[in-house]
Amino acid sequence: MPLLYLAMAEEGHLSSEGMEEVARWVEVTPAQVQAVASFYTMYKRERTGRYLISCCTSISCMLLGGDDVLHAIEDESGVPHGETDEKGLLTVEHVECLGACGGAPAVQVNYELIEGVTPDRARDLVRWLSGARPAVVNTDEMQELFGGVRSFDWGPKEGVGAIGPYPAFQPLGTVGSEELP
Amino acid sequence: MTTPLVVTRRMIDHPTDSHTIERYEATGGYQQPPRALGMTRDELVETVKDSGLAGRGGAGFSTGLKWSFLAPSRPAYLVVNADESEPGTFKDRQLLERDPHQMLEGLIITGVANEVHHAFIYIRGEYPKPARRVQAAIDDAYARRYLGKGIFGTDYDLEVTVHLGAGAYICGEETALINSLEGLRGEPRLKPPYFPAAKGLYMQPTIVNNVETISALPHLLEMGAEAFSRLGHPLDTGTFMTSISGHVNHPGNYEIPHGITWRQLIYEVAGGIRGDRELKAWIPGGASAPWFVPAVHLDQQITKDVCAEAGSMLGSGAVIVMDETTCVIRAAERIVRFFAHESCGQCTPCREGTTWLEMVLRRLETGQGRPIDLDLMLDVSDGISIGLAWPPRMTTICPLGPSAVSPIIALRDFFREEVMEHVELGRCPLERAEVVA
Repeated sequence: MPLLYLAMAEEGHLSSEGMEEVARWVEVTPAQVQAVASFYTMYKRERTGRYLISCCTSISCMLLGGDDVLHAIEDESGVPHGETDEKGLLTVEHVECLGACGGAPAVQVNYELIEGVTPDRARDLVRWLSGARPAVVNTDEMQELFGGVRSFDWGPKEGVGAIGPYPAFQPLGTVGSEELP
Repeated sequence: MTTPLVVTRRMIDHPTDSHTIERYEATGGYQQPPRALGMTRDELVETVKDSGLAGRGGAGFSTGLKWSFLAPSRPAYLVVNADESEPGTFKDRQLLERDPHQMLEGLIITGVANEVHHAFIYIRGEYPKPARRVQAAIDDAYARRYLGKGIFGTDYDLEVTVHLGAGAYICGEETALINSLEGLRGEPRLKPPYFPAAKGLYMQPTIVNNVETISALPHLLEMGAEAFSRLGHPLDTGTFMTSISGHVNHPGNYEIPHGITWRQLIYEVAGGIRGDRELKAWIPGGASAPWFVPAVHLDQQITKDVCAEAGSMLGSGAVIVMDETTCVIRAAERIVRFFAHESCGQCTPCREGTTWLEMVLRRLETGQGRPIDLDLMLDVSDGISIGLAWPPRMTTICPLGPSAVSPIIALRDFFREEVMEHVELGRCPLERAEVVA
């Protein structure tokens, strides 16, 4: 699975070639890789925009207006959920629970979280992404600009963020873990 | 409420740096692993058993008992389940982000107790920041030789790997999680024949514990089993973290003792309902749990047993509160849609049943409902969870399918009239809730 993220980081999405390459590395058939990739929603096998906007519409976010936030994002960006704009800049999707129910409604950009989003702030977010086109999106920065109520006190800010539509976390193991079985 | 805070104490006292190793050590951290290394496996398992510590992932199974089932062959593995995805639940995110060392210390204790030399932390893919925090904590712990080769100056080796999920709720189920760690589709394994304690990860004995459970262990060892067992309710020991969301004034995570009432939790701890509206219903233990209503359940105690007797569960501790403006059809549709989306597709009753339930609920919601629809949904539900019994009588490999039936049970028991109103009016009888910020 880390290799699939690595392939996504190469191309911005998981292409057939990417999956074939992973199949060669781990010595399984491309079909087996595809079977795994298609099981998980975060492996995007379609072309995905530079910014993937995921809007939560599960129960807790729905109760506090998550659907309105989604509509505002769709309206402002002109991209219906599940699709990507022509420029390849924005992809909009509605997703199931992001684990941010205390700060509902929640939105993620490239999996970096923003809590307590209102429809108006969501429009601001879309305008900011299309206009400023930040190289790195970071949860703390976006929370300050567009967020509101949080699930809990986040503590100090950190500078790391996402550079593409995949989670900003090193994909290959950890220090000292050279003896993977 | 006199019960002291356990797992959330440090992050509340030190909001700016509770995640750093310096703060962790300055507040008594990493004192317990050397003690654990000096104890035998049996002593550690007995201590945890005696404390009454129960798993906080949802099932509430005795942690000590789980450990005692570990088969003798080696290597054995430990997997920390941080795939928190149950709608309403966000407690593990806070524990991972705000006190990662507490979890790592618990991980070391669990590893030592179960003769594990390689542990995995499976964090859901949508949690990159918690994953970064945990990785930074692991790096610090390696640097101080609390992890790696020869931990705490002994000859005990313990390696830790963080694994990021990729967006599948079902991977929170322990055997699906194990398949996912192995690089497969996250489909639950049929048990029997093999339980993870006998043949789990790479077909070796494996312990799978939730983040909150693991995080309680340093405190358990420090306090001793007896003192720990006196926390909370006599039949349901320890504190637990509850995630409250929905129409309450103060949503958030709260560490509370078992045994307080729902009224205390909703009206005191969470500050009551927004805009002083009437409480309509709440979900006591994550989206999987059958709903509670004020007329019946508000003054009941929050313990595993009382909850089970009332036909629901505390599950992951997630409480979702709905006020009088909530359309129950819409709420039920959202929950069933979740399970339909997250069904892995292995078992027909779940794959087909959740999809049909979702379609019928959507039909009702959009005013196209028919008088027979509630009975139709109950019939479909019966196919997923025979007789709609509690706890469910399973037709499927894992409990995901039967979980999707919970909102339908609520519609049958408490909201039959509102369902029929939808049918008769051809629309929702309620105006949509105005969001009170």
